[in-house]
Amino acid sequence: MTSLWPRIEPLLAKVGKPARYIGCEDGAQRPVHGAGITSWLLVYPDAYEIGLPNQGLQILYEILNERPDAVAERSYAPWVDMEALMRAGSVPLFSVETHRPANAFDLLAFNLSAELVYTNVLNCIDLAGVAVRGADRGPDDPLVAAGGHCTFNPEPLADFVDLFVIGDGEEVVGDITDVVREWKASGRTAGSRAQVLRALSRVPGVYVPSMYEVAYEGGRLAAVTPRYPDVPERVEKRTISDLASWPYPKQQLVPLTEVVHDRLNVEIFRGCTRGCRFCQAGMITRPVRERPASQVRRMVSDGLARTGYDEVSLTSLSSADYSGIESVVGDIINDPMCSGQVSVSLPSLRVDAFTVGVATEIQKVRRTGLTFAPEGGTWRMRQVINKLIREEDLYGAMESTFSQGWQRVKLYFLIGLPTETDEDVLGIAELARNCVAIGRRHARNVTVTASVGGFVPKPQTPFQWFGQTTSAELHRRIRLLRDATRRDRGLSLRWHDPEATLVEGIASRGDRRLGPVIEDVWRRGGTFQEWSEHFRLPLWEESMAAHGLSIDDYVHRHRHPDELLPWEHISAGLHRDFLWQDWEDALAEAGVEDCRWTPCYDCGACTGYGIEHVVASPVPPAGGSQGTGQDLSTGGAVPVALLPSRVAQDVGLAGTKGIRP
Amino acid sequence: MKVRIRFAKTGKVRWTSHRDVARMWERALRRVRLPLAYTEGFSPRPRVSFGLALPTGHESVAEYLDVEVAEGGSGDMAGPEGTPSLEMAGLPGVLSEALPDGVDVLGAAVLEGRVPSLQHDVTSCSWEVEIVGVAPARMAALVEEALGAPQLLVTRERKGRQVTDDLRPAIISLGLLESRQAGTVLGTELATHPRGVRPRELLEALGPDLEAGVVRRTHQWIERDGARWEPLPPGATHAPHALERAS
Repeated sequence: MTSLWPRIEPLLAKVGKPARYIGCEDGAQRPVHGAGITSWLLVYPDAYEIGLPNQGLQILYEILNERPDAVAERSYAPWVDMEALMRAGSVPLFSVETHRPANAFDLLAFNLSAELVYTNVLNCIDLAGVAVRGADRGPDDPLVAAGGHCTFNPEPLADFVDLFVIGDGEEVVGDITDVVREWKASGRTAGSRAQVLRALSRVPGVYVPSMYEVAYEGGRLAAVTPRYPDVPERVEKRTISDLASWPYPKQQLVPLTEVVHDRLNVEIFRGCTRGCRFCQAGMITRPVRERPASQVRRMVSDGLARTGYDEVSLTSLSSADYSGIESVVGDIINDPMCSGQVSVSLPSLRVDAFTVGVATEIQKVRRTGLTFAPEGGTWRMRQVINKLIREEDLYGAMESTFSQGWQRVKLYFLIGLPTETDEDVLGIAELARNCVAIGRRHARNVTVTASVGGFVPKPQTPFQWFGQTTSAELHRRIRLLRDATRRDRGLSLRWHDPEATLVEGIASRGDRRLGPVIEDVWRRGGTFQEWSEHFRLPLWEESMAAHGLSIDDYVHRHRHPDELLPWEHISAGLHRDFLWQDWEDALAEAGVEDCRWTPCYDCGACTGYGIEHVVASPVPPAGGSQGTGQDLSTGGAVPVALLPSRVAQDVGLAGTKGIRP
Repeated sequence: MKVRIRFAKTGKVRWTSHRDVARMWERALRRVRLPLAYTEGFSPRPRVSFGLALPTGHESVAEYLDVEVAEGGSGDMAGPEGTPSLEMAGLPGVLSEALPDGVDVLGAAVLEGRVPSLQHDVTSCSWEVEIVGVAPARMAALVEEALGAPQLLVTRERKGRQVTDDLRPAIISLGLLESRQAGTVLGTELATHPRGVRPRELLEALGPDLEAGVVRRTHQWIERDGARWEPLPPGATHAPHALERAS
């Protein structure tokens, strides 16, 4: 296959940021294609500078390229200026390594991190010269795959994606390669596409939507039924039991041009058991699997030496909760290699003085600002969402932050949460105002930014039944906050566009009937919808109406407890009973504790898959009850698997089926 | 102590910007553990200064940067008792290894004494400009016409306002170098003061329909008192002119 580079390069003089299309990153692989080798094109359906740092994509990129029978290259959604030139010059979507056309690969595998990229997925498939609908593809076309958090409700994309990966991808990409390699060896004959898809549907963690019949009754989903007896009724997510076995990426890509998160990223654990009820990531990635501290240290020092970065981020859903955080951070700072020029960042801080102390210690270099996420404005609200931060915790953290010389603080909040009242909304202003007052005691020019986002109920969470707050109401609540904070010096209010929140809500809990809507919006030019300059609400409203679908029904309607939800044949291991109980607890304003250090609530994620929390230390991190009043000194008594663990036991998902009711 | 480095930027990497190149250098300098001097303050950065920006998409075999090395630095490359003992002859190879493909170090030398900044010091640049799909005869005519014209006006946008400049005084030399399959190659030397004229502007003045292929900066020149030299010749391990001026 010849490279498209001679046809791409003349276009580069005419587009913005041409370095998006050249590849050449440090860490980029040099794939050698050949007969018998399954080729993956890993596509991030957004701009290069957003997609390149994606850790999930980079992990799979390395794992696949390490296999002797697979190669993987990368592609990103070309920006609109480049797309126009590509279409005018009949240049198809291409990989950035060897600049091969996308349709020369066996699989096009998309990363789905957010719903608003769905139309970009269609655009990339189309730019690849492949039919956008799975039903229209032939034996010569690549298989279109997708993974990432959004696949926990894959239905809106069921018409366009041949197979979805549910859960951790590390192991399942190998299983998929095995099936596709056989298919290639058999010559990909006419009619064989349906067979390979059926074979893939038997791979644990793989969902092939075309293998299921979907029935509606009276405008409601009635049943999702496998078409064949060997196709599973419910697809269970894949979970790697031990992060220590997967020290990836080993060669993090270092881009030549500016991207987001441009630093060394080391994942210190996966999963979170804080139990925040609005948080889909925390629900679908259970249980907690910590990376051994020694491995973290090695990945940091090797990574810094190899890349030349002067910043490392220790990533996870709640990094200060890593049980060995103090010693890991201390070791990085004291490493002579870092010699005072390396800064460490924790992307998600707990709200307590201890955490601020750690942050201050590690950001001696290039100190900018600290970000906290109380999420709710009042204690009542925070009990509902199970983000159990007391005001004293927040103010203690502020005291500590400002007294240690920080001048800027950012606070994240959600509005439109279940049971939210105006008092809860105004509580946001009150909290932020008190934070400014604390700051003023230490410095004249402190800034507290309250950043407010509209809540979108997500599948596989206790809030999946909740009817999303309308954009008109979100606007009203934002106005309430604006009026309340108008005269506050040092307090700045930012908010997310409620119209974008609305569209996210359409796709979040949609079913297969949304397929034609997504296709319609794409055909009418609605790409890059997560970019405010390209976002077009009318396209969505008109397309929903044209297909006889009601936005109210999809977004604002409270789901009935007996209703079959479109994603119930996809399982994150969580029992429906657990989610419903947690929803009732939310309405009763009752919180639950972090189950890493307390007895099990039997959510299903551990017991269902025969796995456990894996922690690096028997003692919970110092300080920071996060307001639960939980006695963390007894943490060691709780049965958790300690590292070195019973290394990577074979999860054997097939064996665990049927445990679920 | 200041080290001047000459490097090339060719191939795919030419599509990166001047700022991108600055970031590549920061990472590479840290990778080879050169004991860098840092700026003071909340956001310390290595003291590195680049010469004239190369427009994105152009190649060059004559890019420069000056790096301030810490006195008594303690990196791996430091000698005994913390004194930097930089081996200039070996430095280009080590640095090229740490830089992306297409960015290659051609020379490095310690600058003695006070040396003016590259931005200030360089007076002109030589370029090779490939013109796509124009016959040599027509190109020769356009060149002759331009050289014979009393002035060559181009209009550009600056801070939201239309500004008209005469390029003619900035053209130190202009001529046809060769004919390639892709087109004709122009050779030109353009002044950098009072402002750096870009090859693309020259093309615009020559003929509005001219399309540039590969554009390559081949030299940067420092001209003073009738003498002319490069900030650092390729392969250099000493900076003789810098020494001269310091004395």
